[in-house]
Amino acid sequence: MPEALYDIGSGMFVQRGSSRSRIALAGALSAGLVFGLSACADGGDSETSTPGTSLAAIDCSPYKAFGDIKGKEVTIYTGIVTPEDTPHKESYKPFEQCTGAVIKYEGDKAFETQVLIRAEAGNPPDLAFVPQPGLLQRLVATGKALPAPAEVAANVDKDFGADWKAYGTVDGKFYAAPLGANVKSLVWYSPKEFADNGYTEPTTLAELKALTDKMVAAGKKPWCAGINSGEATGWPMTDWMEDFMLRLSGPETYDKWVKHEIPFNGPEATAALDAVGAYLKNDAYVNGGLGDVKSIASTTFQDAGLPILEGTCSLHRQASFYAANFTKGTKVAKDGDVYAFYLPGQDATTKPVLGGGEFVVAFTDRPEVKAFQTYLSSSVWANAKAKVSSGWVSANKGLDIANLKNPIDELSAKILQDPKAQFRFDGSDMMPAAVGSNAFWKQSTAWITGQDTKTTLDKIESAWPK
Amino acid sequence: MTTAAPLTTTPLSKTEGKKLSAAAMAKKKLTSPWASLAAVIIAVVWTIPTVGLLISSFRPQDDIRRTGWWTFFTDPLVTFENYRTVLDPEKAGTNLPDSFLNSLVMTIPSVIIPLCLASLAAYAFAWMNFPGKNFLFIAIFALQIVPLQVTLLPLLQLFVAWDIDGTFWTVWLSHSTFALPLAIYLLHNFIKEVPSSLIEAARIDGAGHVSIFFRVLLPLLTPALAAFGIFQFLWVWNDLLVSLTFAGSPTISPLTVQLSNLTGTRGTAWYLLSAGAFVSIIVPVTVFLLLQRYFVRGLLAGSVKG
Repeated sequence: MPEALYDIGSGMFVQRGSSRSRIALAGALSAGLVFGLSACADGGDSETSTPGTSLAAIDCSPYKAFGDIKGKEVTIYTGIVTPEDTPHKESYKPFEQCTGAVIKYEGDKAFETQVLIRAEAGNPPDLAFVPQPGLLQRLVATGKALPAPAEVAANVDKDFGADWKAYGTVDGKFYAAPLGANVKSLVWYSPKEFADNGYTEPTTLAELKALTDKMVAAGKKPWCAGINSGEATGWPMTDWMEDFMLRLSGPETYDKWVKHEIPFNGPEATAALDAVGAYLKNDAYVNGGLGDVKSIASTTFQDAGLPILEGTCSLHRQASFYAANFTKGTKVAKDGDVYAFYLPGQDATTKPVLGGGEFVVAFTDRPEVKAFQTYLSSSVWANAKAKVSSGWVSANKGLDIANLKNPIDELSAKILQDPKAQFRFDGSDMMPAAVGSNAFWKQSTAWITGQDTKTTLDKIESAWPK
Repeated sequence: MTTAAPLTTTPLSKTEGKKLSAAAMAKKKLTSPWASLAAVIIAVVWTIPTVGLLISSFRPQDDIRRTGWWTFFTDPLVTFENYRTVLDPEKAGTNLPDSFLNSLVMTIPSVIIPLCLASLAAYAFAWMNFPGKNFLFIAIFALQIVPLQVTLLPLLQLFVAWDIDGTFWTVWLSHSTFALPLAIYLLHNFIKEVPSSLIEAARIDGAGHVSIFFRVLLPLLTPALAAFGIFQFLWVWNDLLVSLTFAGSPTISPLTVQLSNLTGTRGTAWYLLSAGAFVSIIVPVTVFLLLQRYFVRGLLAGSVKG
């Protein structure tokens, strides 16, 4: 700390003996800036339109059983912040009107570390939206998380697949009901480019390869990718590998690989990573509009798909939530500027889906908390939420696809509700933190910048906690 | 402010000849044209990133995302849209105007509390005799080594037990405790430099510890207090970790927490950061410019004699 002081001090030495007038000027400038800004803010108010959708009243009878909870507060802590938090708050209103309970929503990007601290310290929220089964296990391990009430379990049995319920279960006890979901097995493309050139959406991996080669023959660099994401750099690459693991070796082997029942560096994983390499480490295929193979490591994942809009890139594999990255005014639809297709399986009959989602875990069991938990796990809530959001989907089978406003959400919901779909949760979110949010990310980054497949997988394997 | 003058001259008078020549040498060296040129170049180089940030904050969203700020000079497009969005809770999704006030509410007591306690403690360590004084002083000095990160969890447990979690008290108390070791050490060295004749004279006139502290020492302490005040102000204003842990809830969270959430769940709105940064920078810059004259002087006076 004293060094910092010294630095500032020596910096100021240059303008030693600053006069009062200079200070006054600086003061006036900053004051002017403040007033100018607040004036701008006032002017901006009139332009904002309030979201008009008000949700219809719901059937209140399921919540009567919890007694009179009027005026009681339920606190929620989550990593979902702006702009996705507004539809969340909006979707709680029918429940609030029904029961008179008050929902307090707290979004924090540092949720994943802070929720553990708060649970340990003894001031956890009533409910937390946990985005990773691995984090759920750690929260259960603190001893502060409570198993889900019977009403919630009943809702989940009715509306969610067994795979989803399993992700909310720790050591045979069901703790957390699924909330939202996202589909990661998507490839973004420009419908106009496809129509102009007579390309069609591929339905098998072989067709995807053929399509890519066709684009290369036309003088294009078809794929664009970017894995830079600050301290989490590398995660988009883990999704690529998981998607191919799921496709080439099947869901059962994928599960074993995630649980480390088969080694991380086995022949299955080697085949998967090499299959990714056939696309991403191929200078003829990447990095459309962005540079060479190495530019994948330096491009932020937020920007990696933007070249599609400029026509310098044709294909970009990224999750459904990527829709939010396109500049306002971009039409995301089958007849719009950009859209996505399902990253196909080995053949058209198998449909493995890689994805993610949040789970609701409770730390208190007051009646109002249980009532709200029940509401969140119901299809009533899923449909209410669908009506007010864009870029949101749930794996709830009671979700009526007609309620989704956004074409990409419809696509995601269709993929999730497809009877042939075999949903698997993002593996790196379930592996131990030393691998899933450390070695896997870092080694993937090293791999794209030149490290070979064997070294990469061996290093991740050796990072697995014994 | 005027009372500060005797202090800086008195202790220096013993070594005046040496100091003068050193000062003269420094002056000679610094006024050479090459040194001036070097100073100007360093100043420019250090300012470039900030200027880039400032320019970025006025560029449209598409430009920020696709090109560097330097392209502004060939393609100057200016918009206030970023500032409009950032300052409008409806559009930004985070409430910057409110958190601006929260930051002030957090920072001001977090500066005043340690200053009051540390100046009293520093006086006690410098001019009072009591058993275990040296041991206590070393203990406090050693506390500077403890990284504040390791204290977060135990502190939070304590605050929960006291039932003050989620209030401003948590931040005030924690920032004060984190600041005290350095503050006491810094002010102690400063107070120790006051000539003992001054204190003795006051004692002969019948002054007790209280009147010595308030009438004799406090006026002399102003530069040191101001220097540490600025330092502590900047530290608290820019702190993210402590407020994230203790004051994360939206009603009391400061600017730094809101800024980190401004970019959105998946960082899609990162182009707003430059505008947000300049909103939060206004207060520290103003405080620093207004009080900078104390900064160097106060620190040097406190630290020359170890």
